[in-house]
Amino acid sequence: MEDKIAIAIDDLTVAYNYKPVLWDIDLQIPEGVLMAIVGPNGAGKSTLLKSILDIIKPLAGTVTVYEKPYKKQRHLVAYVPQKGSVDWDFPTTALDVVMMGTYGSLGWIKRPGKAEKKLALEALEKVGMLTFQDRQISQLSGGQQQRIFLARALVQNAAIYFMDEPFQGVDATTEKAIIQILKELRKAGKTVVVVHHDLQTVPEYFDWVTFLNVKKIATGPVAQIFNDDNLTKTYGINYKTSIVE
Amino acid sequence: MTNAQLEIQIILSLVAVACALPGVFLVLRKMALISDAISHSILPGIVIGFFITQDLASPLLILMATLTGVLTVVLVEYIQKTGLVKEDTAIGLVFPALFSLGVILIARNAGDVHLDVDAVLLGEVAFAPFDRWMYNGIDMGPKSLWMIGTILSVSIIMLMMFYKELKIATFDAGLAASLGFTPIGIHYGLMTISSVTTVGAFDAIGAILVVAFMIVPPACVYLLTTNLKKMLIGSSLVGIFASITGYWVAHVLDTSIAGTIATVLGLLFFVVYLFAPNKGYISQWYKTKQQKTEVAMLVFMLHLANHEDESERNINHLQEHINWTKQRAKKVLKLASQNNMIEIEDGVINLTVKGLSFTEKAISYISDNKNSELEGIKQNFFLFRG
Repeated sequence: MEDKIAIAIDDLTVAYNYKPVLWDIDLQIPEGVLMAIVGPNGAGKSTLLKSILDIIKPLAGTVTVYEKPYKKQRHLVAYVPQKGSVDWDFPTTALDVVMMGTYGSLGWIKRPGKAEKKLALEALEKVGMLTFQDRQISQLSGGQQQRIFLARALVQNAAIYFMDEPFQGVDATTEKAIIQILKELRKAGKTVVVVHHDLQTVPEYFDWVTFLNVKKIATGPVAQIFNDDNLTKTYGINYKTSIVE
Repeated sequence: MTNAQLEIQIILSLVAVACALPGVFLVLRKMALISDAISHSILPGIVIGFFITQDLASPLLILMATLTGVLTVVLVEYIQKTGLVKEDTAIGLVFPALFSLGVILIARNAGDVHLDVDAVLLGEVAFAPFDRWMYNGIDMGPKSLWMIGTILSVSIIMLMMFYKELKIATFDAGLAASLGFTPIGIHYGLMTISSVTTVGAFDAIGAILVVAFMIVPPACVYLLTTNLKKMLIGSSLVGIFASITGYWVAHVLDTSIAGTIATVLGLLFFVVYLFAPNKGYISQWYKTKQQKTEVAMLVFMLHLANHEDESERNINHLQEHINWTKQRAKKVLKLASQNNMIEIEDGVINLTVKGLSFTEKAISYISDNKNSELEGIKQNFFLFRG
């Protein structure tokens, strides 16, 4: 059993214009899990990631990464935002986007150099996109764009990976390739947290799951808690017949 | 060319570059309209600064006006955040109010000095060489040249220092925030640079041309390049080109310099829009047309693959089976045979081995979008490109 805690969230409440999006969340993510966060639209899944990553300021509560505030642990964390959150017509190439993964370790003002380029090329190779390095990013398919985002996170060589719906709008081959890489990361002892939509694939892809709908419904090993009861509590629909045979 | 003419062209070119650099990021951040708002709403800042200093080139005036510019951005964002109106409405609410405040201040208090609404909106670069900086009795050159030169130098230094940060905050603010690059700080830095540039440029060229210099060159180059550095350099060059061309057109026609430069910029964009190699109108039109023929060819090849019967594949009976005009059928046949996809034997069309495998690949590509093995084919056909 994993005993070290990678992420600890205590009493986290996040509100947009005084309307709570996340309500009093207590959540501990053990080191080395491949975890899915599931829940209906508007459940606060992306918001949870963003508040862990200090992109959104919570109304109350604390988040720690290996027992320290996120600000002191940035170097341990890599983040893959939703693919739709950026403008893919931006004038830049696949390689350049992957290089952005190195900006965090460079800090302010310092420019990326040869070492950073080498890291970026290695990451591109890992996701099978090396031949596309000079391609303008709008000329890539949805799946290829997602691979580029994954490569950008790999470059950070982090201990914890957060991904916001990495399987949205990608083809089946890319989905398999991505999950393969995520499983390799877990094998290497990394912690991977994925906002996920497709309930059918949860048991196949993940070993840990968190049910979220504004409040935390349940969290734990997929084998123990991925059941009708929790699905029904989270989605408010009776799941007996639809998902789990 | 006289000295004054040369000075005017240098001032114009420096302003063009100083505007193009922040302009590129404004356009990429879809904030082009903010430059319009800033250029108008700095007026009350300029007026109040002028009352205090009585000098349009004084640093205090520039500071006051810059603060008004940043205040505009803050107000727009505040109104937008209430969620009651969208960004464009918020911009429309803020800048007319601030601008008219400036107009009232001028009308009430500055009726008899060199500061009127026309000067602010349109400027008059032709007078720039006459307002000179005298230092210990030595002529150092036009004041506006020094002012815009200083602003441009600061801009370039900032851009070189924070290029990486600007790029990541513009492309992916979420990632920038998670890496600790405070996108909000970068945003206000950019807004401050834009405000300072607008203030520094308005006296020479007027607020309207500032907007044209900030938006049009980046918009032109955006259609031509897919590289941010090239976009920055290209926008600067387009701005310089329009300045010098516009100046001489104005000289020949004896008309407003700012007016001709803005017109040249507009025409330039139109030309780029028509002829840009990938994103331009003609290129897009050709691509769409070509795509249609390619889809038709694919349909035709599918037909050939699906029908063993020779009558279905006879060159003279194609029309009744596929229901195409003669012209279209000819075009499709030509494209297919040019690419060695078909061969015609005794009036009967057969798919070649290449044609058959292409058809299969194309169908599988269209149905499941796995395109890794099709990169080669992509080069020859538009059909598979995004």
